[in-house]
Amino acid sequence: MEKYLVDIKNERLSFFTPAGEVKALNDVSIHIKQGEVLGIVGESGSGKSVTAYSLMGLTAHPGKLMGGSLNFDGHQIESMTEQQMRKIRGNEISIIFQDPMTSLNPVYTIGNQIMEVIRLHTNKTKAEAKARAKELLELVGINEPEKRLKQYPHELSGGMRQRIMIAIALACEPKLLIADEPTTALDVTIQAQILELMMELKEKLNMAIIMITHDLGVVASMCDKIAVMYAGRIIEYGTTDEIFYETKHEYTKGLLRSIPRLDAAKHERLVPIEGAPVDLLNPPEGCAFAPRCDACMKICLKKVPPQTTLSETHYSHCWLIQKEMSEGGNRHE
Amino acid sequence: MSSNKKLIEINHLKQYFPAHSGGFKKKYIKAVDDVSFFINKGETLGLVGESGCGKTTTGRSLLRLYEPTSGEIIYDGKTIFNKEKKIAVDMLPYRKKMQIVFQDPYASLDPRMTVGDIVGEAIDIHKLASSKKDRQDRIIEMLRRVGLNSEHANRYPHEFSGGQRQRVGIARALAVNPEFIVCDEPISALDVSIQAQVINMFEDLQKELGLTYLFIAHDLSIVKHISDRIGVMYLGRLVELADSYELIDHSLHPYTKSLISAIPVADPRIARTNKRIVLEGDVPSPLNPPSGCTFRTRCPYATEECANKVPEFKEVEPGHYVACHNLDKVN
Repeated sequence: MEKYLVDIKNERLSFFTPAGEVKALNDVSIHIKQGEVLGIVGESGSGKSVTAYSLMGLTAHPGKLMGGSLNFDGHQIESMTEQQMRKIRGNEISIIFQDPMTSLNPVYTIGNQIMEVIRLHTNKTKAEAKARAKELLELVGINEPEKRLKQYPHELSGGMRQRIMIAIALACEPKLLIADEPTTALDVTIQAQILELMMELKEKLNMAIIMITHDLGVVASMCDKIAVMYAGRIIEYGTTDEIFYETKHEYTKGLLRSIPRLDAAKHERLVPIEGAPVDLLNPPEGCAFAPRCDACMKICLKKVPPQTTLSETHYSHCWLIQKEMSEGGNRHE
Repeated sequence: MSSNKKLIEINHLKQYFPAHSGGFKKKYIKAVDDVSFFINKGETLGLVGESGCGKTTTGRSLLRLYEPTSGEIIYDGKTIFNKEKKIAVDMLPYRKKMQIVFQDPYASLDPRMTVGDIVGEAIDIHKLASSKKDRQDRIIEMLRRVGLNSEHANRYPHEFSGGQRQRVGIARALAVNPEFIVCDEPISALDVSIQAQVINMFEDLQKELGLTYLFIAHDLSIVKHISDRIGVMYLGRLVELADSYELIDHSLHPYTKSLISAIPVADPRIARTNKRIVLEGDVPSPLNPPSGCTFRTRCPYATEECANKVPEFKEVEPGHYVACHNLDKVN
């Protein structure tokens, strides 16, 4: 039995809005080993952030965990009190948010905000905390750390602020770092810097990373495993190579087809996924992707597809694959 | 395809914005500094660069949504703006020919107008409809053209998804039968699966109506897909411009090279072997741009000459323009 750092089993989570119950997560299972990078890909509203936030106990009202178990390094997250959770949050699990412009407090200095985390989770003195803060700024590649500690967030650029966010997240050397679209708000050249930095720090500190993104390019270069989410379900899960080269689910295939490639032939037409993302208030009865799927069959509209195991690391939820497998592995189109 | 007739041409366009610095000396942000290019009829010119490099301002200045500080704009052979010769024609007849689609489909549609009225407003301003029925017919035709239908005309923007809103924005631009459309990051606010739908629509409309586009975006792979030629901007200046394939495969400017290598490739095998050219530091503030070549502070090849002299934007191969002092060393 392998030991997982993160072991989420059949998590179900709903938001009770005035308009009705929104099933944000349905039977989501994820496991991550120490030092592994998991990418979660999906459209807005597919549940990628909710999955990661619930692991930190950050399910805000009107959200409610409806079932399943969330295990992090021996802690049973779903049965922990807020008090216990606080000891883990920011200490063993840290998070970097999408927008570095709004996630730093504008009225406190950078030094203040980094030291707050250190002093909260360790019993270092003020001077020790300051020394550690300086060390962290050096670690994330910020020049003149002494000066930066006294500056306010508005004095820094977007890329610099994201580095500060990473420094805060790493202050207590977490075992797991959740990165929620960490580079979406940044420019390409700065994005390259930040991704490089994250991979470097991962090696140095041997932490696991959950990388939430909609950019397939980012997961291709960074992740060991990828979970593709659609309408609150993981519809395909596998190693990076399995997802990219042995793509099974129609939605994943569609995603890969719809992005323009730099090496594509001239005026090659893009193949979009037709239709619009699902309305989670009124999800379809069967497979949520069925209304947009080219290969939709009768059963897809009626029943949610079961999990089809394709290899030790690769599974998919699709009736088409299920059918192919049950027909004795005859894998012609 | 594109004929070789220039539809729009800008020469030495400058757009400075006054900045309040507190001192006596007035300071300017040089948002667009000496940019020249032309777009042929039926062609798509892509404009890429990082945020704050002046691509949006270029698009807006050439529509004269801002009054340019200096330079010249020629549309279809007629000078519509020339600071030196004091030419500034009335834009109303040109607004019918030149339109814009904005980046944010959430902010660019009036929440209190129905979609029909949003599209119809332009028809009213230019008095294109002969009767109420004609106006209604035109609105419905425009909505059909962008993949919406007649019942959508009575709804309000909040009832639509992001992709649909962007379609409304496009229908509004098309309502006056324009020849030229500035597409200002029209897909960056959309989900990946929806982006391809909108991109394909832009291409179909171009084929059907013979449109000419200035396509502004920061995503080089999308710009390459849709454009015939691409211009790369950095801190208010155009640093390289070439045919889109030429630009990707044989880029000459060190900034373009690093930009291309920084794009995450959605193919793990290539991504693992790719060597990224990671640029040091951030884009300098446009309020205090470096002297000479603005890219020199991040350029691995910078020499003394780069600090002293602004490199000339010149044609090094037919149709391939680049502004760099050290082309031999870089390549």
